[in-house]
Amino acid sequence: MLPATPPSRRALLAAAGGAAFVVGFHVPRAGGSRAADGGEFAPNAFIRIDRQGDVTLIMPQVEMGQGTYTSIPMILAEELDAAWGSVKLEHAPPDEKLYANPLLGMQATGNSNSIRAFWTPLRKAGAGARAVLVEAAANGWGVQPADCRAQDSQVIHQASGRKIAYGDLVGRAAAIPVPTDPPLKDPKDFTLIGRPLHRLDTPDKSNGKAAYGIDALPAGVKFATLAASPVLGGKVVKVDDANAKTIPGVRQVVVLDDLVAVVGDHMWAAKSGLDALDITWDDGANAAVSTDEIWSRLRKASERDGAVAKDVGDAHRALSDGDVFTAAYEEPLLAHACMEPMNCTVHVTPGAAEVWVGTQVIVRVQNAVAAGAGVPVDKVMVNNHLIGGGFGRRLEPDMALSAARIAAHVDGPVKVVWTREEDIRHDIYRPAYHDILSARLSGDRIVGWKHKVTGSAVMARFAPPFFQKGVDPDGVDSAVDMPYDIPDLRVEFVREEPPGIVTGFWRGVGPNNNVFAIESFIDELARKAGKDPVAFRRANLDKAPRLLAALDLVASKSGWGDPLPARVGRGVAVQVAFASFIATVVEAEVDEAGEILLRRINTAVDAGTVVNPDTVVAQLQGGLIFGLTAALYGGVTLEKGRVQQSNFHDYRILRMDQVPPIAVHLIRNGEAPGGIGETGTTASIPSLRNAIYAATGVALRRMPIDRGLLAKGASA
Amino acid sequence: MIWLSINGERKPVDVAPDTPLLWVLRDVLQLTGTKFGCGIAQCGACTVHLDGQPVRSCMLPVGGIGDKAVTTIEAIGQTPNGAKVQKAWLDLEVIQCGYCQSGQIMSATALLNTIPAPDDADIDAAMAGNICRCGTYVRIRQAIKNAAAEA
Repeated sequence: MLPATPPSRRALLAAAGGAAFVVGFHVPRAGGSRAADGGEFAPNAFIRIDRQGDVTLIMPQVEMGQGTYTSIPMILAEELDAAWGSVKLEHAPPDEKLYANPLLGMQATGNSNSIRAFWTPLRKAGAGARAVLVEAAANGWGVQPADCRAQDSQVIHQASGRKIAYGDLVGRAAAIPVPTDPPLKDPKDFTLIGRPLHRLDTPDKSNGKAAYGIDALPAGVKFATLAASPVLGGKVVKVDDANAKTIPGVRQVVVLDDLVAVVGDHMWAAKSGLDALDITWDDGANAAVSTDEIWSRLRKASERDGAVAKDVGDAHRALSDGDVFTAAYEEPLLAHACMEPMNCTVHVTPGAAEVWVGTQVIVRVQNAVAAGAGVPVDKVMVNNHLIGGGFGRRLEPDMALSAARIAAHVDGPVKVVWTREEDIRHDIYRPAYHDILSARLSGDRIVGWKHKVTGSAVMARFAPPFFQKGVDPDGVDSAVDMPYDIPDLRVEFVREEPPGIVTGFWRGVGPNNNVFAIESFIDELARKAGKDPVAFRRANLDKAPRLLAALDLVASKSGWGDPLPARVGRGVAVQVAFASFIATVVEAEVDEAGEILLRRINTAVDAGTVVNPDTVVAQLQGGLIFGLTAALYGGVTLEKGRVQQSNFHDYRILRMDQVPPIAVHLIRNGEAPGGIGETGTTASIPSLRNAIYAATGVALRRMPIDRGLLAKGASA
Repeated sequence: MIWLSINGERKPVDVAPDTPLLWVLRDVLQLTGTKFGCGIAQCGACTVHLDGQPVRSCMLPVGGIGDKAVTTIEAIGQTPNGAKVQKAWLDLEVIQCGYCQSGQIMSATALLNTIPAPDDADIDAAMAGNICRCGTYVRIRQAIKNAAAEA
């Protein structure tokens, strides 16, 4: 099930001293140019080599579990020919000029694109540095660079066998211009890329040493927790803090217009103090918001014509006669529930601030703290950390803004930690969606298709320039580029913002909704056509050979078509999302009460060129489970403007005893790298839904799964 | 002043007796390897050992601990099963974000302390109290078996 991991590899790494994981923070010199003092060779913003030969790699993308702090070093070290066992890592500081994600146009980690975005730039960064080091060595020996090669942080003259370490080339290398378009390695010569290397970040995560934002302990830090207005937009009317101030360890109560925080000697004092406050809120304009209202507005909005996201052929004509099949699918509001609750530590001093946090958007955090603390942006220093779960939640700087506003009233550094209840109730939620799909069949071919997505436009808030002509490109992602070959196809987007909550990105983003709707609908079309779900997909995927190969592989590995007991079904879903091609089969049983037992999962993945195959497998395993959690339990509801869920007892997460064996089948090739972090989440929801359809005949059209519809004898 | 035995050392802490051990470890003693996840013993991120038994430190008042020995993730590697579990975790690359893994490793070590060769049902029973949002369960199960097989 898991790829073979030869035990010798870690032993080998250990023998080499092991890669040192240094959560260092280093202010790069302007432009990331070479060190002026000659003490270091810093050919670009990602690489520094000092005279001792230490190679430090600066991470433009953050580590939140997806393995970036191993895969990005692998790319750099591959082209640099750095000795893998001794590279050191640093979190990048906020600097959009140096570290902006080329695909996102901002310093951000998201959309499963770290490898896609940095594959070429980091190969060039490594290769350019290597070219300079080789030239520096060749100059010293009076030989041609072409007669030298690099390996394990040294340059070797092939004919004479002479060697010189990178550290000994630092002075000379600094005088040589760095080529902007250096030759890159032939992939057949890769020694790191494509191998299942051990991760650099995990040893410290196994022994308590790893530092997440919540672990920051600057000297003299105090501890705070907060209560934000339970209704979005509400205000504090008055606070009685008489009881709170009698609690040992409570130091200060900070009352702002929309939140109250208690500062103490430790979190328990702060929390006990907060619990002892008597806060009167004015709930404001959203006091009556309920989930029912959100849904009724969404459904009503879905009756409008949408902005056209894609229009091929003439879908109106194709769907104007004949037997047109239409169905609507709905996905709920979801919370992220990262295991590390929201937190941020801020120290405001006159005219400046220092921040300790784990964030996917360090520049946005810097700006938020500047605004919250009332200090200039360039006087805000941000120390990024390992992230205890991102999933899109830490693409928002709200926790830094509120921490800075609190810290502005506190002497010395203050760590603001949200309780789990605050974390669930003040999330920035995955939007609810209502999708209407219509199609017409001719035999087993789909000949007309219309897909109307109605929901919140996250991009219009997050990055307004990407929201053009009423279409949220994320909202229709994996809908406009769906893989089935249909001559007449139209995709529309209707923007409808929910009252009373803020919506944001959540693992799987737009494709999560669209792949669920499309793949559920495809299964219903297959049944209408009287075809097996795999055969029906094959018949309509003739222009998607990579996806077809994944489908065939997963059908074979899952035993598709083999007989199953009653109320057990296999469900398939295929997707092209984040530039990867994935086909998944979930096998599940539905018991007589409607409860679901997961039996096994197979998934076939073509992500093109793979940097670390073991990480790809791990991301699929975990991503699938993340999606299954959503399908089985996910759903945030509101009443009187308040989110009703609060902790893991009522916002449930899949647990060990519910998780089936998962087999991930990698398809290796030399295509461009595809994204992987969110793909499993997108894949598992429709696969499970279709397994239930196969097991019970019940066509679920809303998530999360309603067991009441699945109990034996329930009317579907 | 309350005296606690933590990782083999006696430590005085000046907190109210109802203070949960979690916050004493993290905020007073600066042992941040033990994590806060839920505060209501639902997620297991804060799991430590009390005389070898796994407990949720977020709901364990320090006033009731007395002489019992507290062991945290920082010291579990000094026990034979703790070291085996940590090694199995790394060999198999169980860990993703890692935030829950201190608790997972503490629960897994406690399991091996009582059942040296656990089967799937034993693993389910011992580990179902530890949530992993990254979904590393498949590898946790295998790593426990690998650790158990390590003589």
